[in-house]
Amino acid sequence: MAVAAASGRGRVDLPAIFRDAALAAVVALVLAVPLVGLQTTDQGSNALGIRTRFDWVAYGVIAVFLGRLAIGYWLALRGRRAAAGAASGALGRLSAAVSRHSMVIGGIGFLFAVTFPFMPFSSNYLVDLGTNVLIYVMLGWGLNVVVGLAGLLDLGYVAFYAVGAYSFALFAQWFHLSFWEALPISGALAASFGIILGFPVLRLRGDYLAIVTLGFGEIIRIILVNWSDVTGGPNGINGIPRPSFFGLPFLNPDAAPDDVTTFSQFFHLDFSPLQRVIFLYYVILILALVTNAFTLRLRKLPIGRAWEALREDEIACRALGLNPRNIKLSAFAIGAMIGGFAGSFFATRLGFISPESFTFLESAIVLAIVVLGGMGSQLGVVLAATVLVMLNEFGRWFDGVPLLEDMGKFRMLIFGMAMIAIMIWRPRGLLAHREPSLRLHAKGAPSLVGEPAE
Amino acid sequence: MSENAPLLEVEHLTMRFGGLTAIGDLSFTARRDEITAIIGPNGAGKTTVFNCLTGFYKPSSGRLTLHHPHGQDYLLERMDGFRIPRLAGVARTFQNIRLFAGMTVLENLVVAQHNKLMRASAFSIAGLMGLPRYRNAEAAAVDRARYWLDKVGLLSRADWLAGALPYGAQRRLEIARAMCIDPTLLCLDEPAAGLNPTESGELNQLLLSIRTEQKIGVLLIEHDMSVVMSVSDHIVVLDYGRKISDGTPQAVRNDPAVIRAYLGEEETDVLPPEVASDVGMTATSQGPR
Repeated sequence: MAVAAASGRGRVDLPAIFRDAALAAVVALVLAVPLVGLQTTDQGSNALGIRTRFDWVAYGVIAVFLGRLAIGYWLALRGRRAAAGAASGALGRLSAAVSRHSMVIGGIGFLFAVTFPFMPFSSNYLVDLGTNVLIYVMLGWGLNVVVGLAGLLDLGYVAFYAVGAYSFALFAQWFHLSFWEALPISGALAASFGIILGFPVLRLRGDYLAIVTLGFGEIIRIILVNWSDVTGGPNGINGIPRPSFFGLPFLNPDAAPDDVTTFSQFFHLDFSPLQRVIFLYYVILILALVTNAFTLRLRKLPIGRAWEALREDEIACRALGLNPRNIKLSAFAIGAMIGGFAGSFFATRLGFISPESFTFLESAIVLAIVVLGGMGSQLGVVLAATVLVMLNEFGRWFDGVPLLEDMGKFRMLIFGMAMIAIMIWRPRGLLAHREPSLRLHAKGAPSLVGEPAE
Repeated sequence: MSENAPLLEVEHLTMRFGGLTAIGDLSFTARRDEITAIIGPNGAGKTTVFNCLTGFYKPSSGRLTLHHPHGQDYLLERMDGFRIPRLAGVARTFQNIRLFAGMTVLENLVVAQHNKLMRASAFSIAGLMGLPRYRNAEAAAVDRARYWLDKVGLLSRADWLAGALPYGAQRRLEIARAMCIDPTLLCLDEPAAGLNPTESGELNQLLLSIRTEQKIGVLLIEHDMSVVMSVSDHIVVLDYGRKISDGTPQAVRNDPAVIRAYLGEEETDVLPPEVASDVGMTATSQGPR
C-alpha cells in the first residue's frame, strides 16, 4: 500500500490508486464484519441472540474505499513526500518557535498555574481538574527521566505510583504518620523498588526491557489485589489521612474534635470545602515544580549527560569508562522516586486507594504523554497531559453537542490516532527540540547549530 | 625509542569463539611514545584484539598487562569493561563510528570526562547545590574539551549535534573524545576508513602530534598503508589470528610472510627464505586473487 499511490511526481496513476483503495476496503470489510456486522443481543433468560447489521458494514466499507481513494488522489497530486514534508515542516517550525520561547511560555504557564484557583472563572471542579492535570504532569516528568533521557522504555511505571500510594496509606494506617512525614519515606521506598526492577533488566534493551517492565507493573498490581491482609485486596485502603497545613487540618469546625484548631478557625475564615481542594492543588503544584527544577538540574549535571549518552550508545559509554549499571539504576531510581511522590499525593488526595487505579492503562497514558509531548521536553509533557485530561471531560462540557460530547468516550482512540500522526511526522515528539546542556559559543548563532538528523 | 618502557604487554593471547580460533597465541609489546600498528587482511582478528584489550571480550587465555606510567600494573583480561578506561586509561575508537549522535560535539567530549566530574559533583549532590567545587570542575572539563576541539579543528562547530557533522569530522571527534578520558593507551580502529587523501593526511599529523605531545602509546588498526607506513614506529602483522611478522615498517614491508598474506598464495607452509623472494615475485605477477 505504501508506494502504490505516488509512483511519479505529478503523474496520477489511477489504476494503482483504485487498487490501493480496494485493498483498504477489503481490510475494512474483514475487520468490520465481526466488529460491526454482528451484535449480540440479550434475549432474556440467559440466552444470547445475534443481530446482523450488514448495512452498517456496507456504509463503513464504502466510506473507507472513497476516503482512501481521495487520500491517494490527493497524495498523488501533491507528491507524497511534499505532503509529509509540509506537515512536518510546519510542526517543526512551531516546535522550534515554542522551544525558543520556552522560558516565556513556561513563565506564563507558571503564573497561570499559581493564580488559577483565584481566577474569577475557577470553581471547585476546575481546581480539581487542574490537580488531576498536575498529577499527570508530575508522572510525565518522572517517566521522562527514564524514557526521555535514559532511553529505557518503561511500560510499568504505574508500579512505582502504586508503591508510593500504598506505602503512604500503610504508614498512615500502622504508624499514624502524616502525609508530610510519610512523603520522603514513600519516595525512598519507590526508589528502592526502582532499583529492584532495575537489577534484573540491566542487560535488556528496547522491546525486551519494555516487556519485563510491563510484567513488573502487573506483578505489583496483582500483589496488591491478592495480598488482602496487608493491602486490603480489591477493596483497597480507606480513611487515608488528608494533608494538613502545618498541622492545621481542613475540617468543618463543627465536625472537628474540640482540641483541634482547624485551618479556617486559625485564619478566621468561613469554612468551605473549596479550601482543601485549593490546598491540594497547591501541594501538587509545588511537588510538580520541585520535580521540574530537580530534573532540569540533573540533566545539566554529569549524571544527566550520562543518561543521555546511555540512550545514544551504551557501548560507547562503556568504552569511555562509564558504568552502565549505575547509570541505568540511577535513572530507574530517580524516575521511580518521582512516581512514588506522585502516588503519595494521589492517596492523600482521594483518601482511598485500590488496585483499580494502578492498571496498565495508567502506565500507557503516562507513556503516551511523554511520547506525544516530546521525549525529554518538559513543556511538551504539560501540553500532552492537559490535552489528555481535558479530552476526558469533553463529555461533561459538551453535553448535547453532537460530536464533541462523545470525545471523552473515544479519547483513547483520539490519542491513538494522535500518536500515529506524531510518529509519522515528528517521531521525536511534538516539542522535541533538545537544548544542549552546555554551550561553548553564545546562543544565537543559528548558522552553527545543526539540526537533528531524522 | 628502544629504552621506552613497555606500556602494554600482550602474552599468549588466545580468543576462541566455539570452534573458531579468532586469535591464536598472540604476543606483542606496545611502548609509550610509539605508534604500534596492527595490520592484516580482513578477518585476521585485529578488532578482536581490541575487543579483548578493552574488555568487550574475555580472552580464552593469555595475559594483557598494562604498565601504567604512575607505577601500577593492570591485568586487563581480569577487569570489567568500564574499569579499563577508567583505571588503566585504555581508550578506544570504533570501526563504525560510535558517537553520541543526538548530543552536541561539546557534550560528547564532556561525557568522556564523566568519572572526574561525577566525583567533583559528589554524585550529583554538590552539583545540585551548585557548589564552586563542581562549577570549577565543569569549567576545567570544558577547557579540556576546548583544547581537543581546537586540535581536531572542530572548535567552531562545538555546539553542533555530533550526528550532523560530516564523516571525516566525526572520525576526528571520536579521537578527541577518546583523548578526553586522559588515556595512557589510545586504541584506534581504522581511523582513516572513509577519509579522502587530504583528511587522512590531517589524521597523520594528528596521530603524530598525539604521540609526541601527549607521551602516550597508540595502537592503530588500519588498512590504509599510506597512514600505517608514515606514522607507525612498530608494526604487528596478523593473519588468521596469528602473528606473522613484527618489527619496524621497513622490516615488515620486506617480510615475505607479509607479502604472501597480502597478495595471496596457496602454499601456506612456511617457505625457506631463499625461495621467499621468488614466491613474492610469482605472486606479484599473478596479481591479487
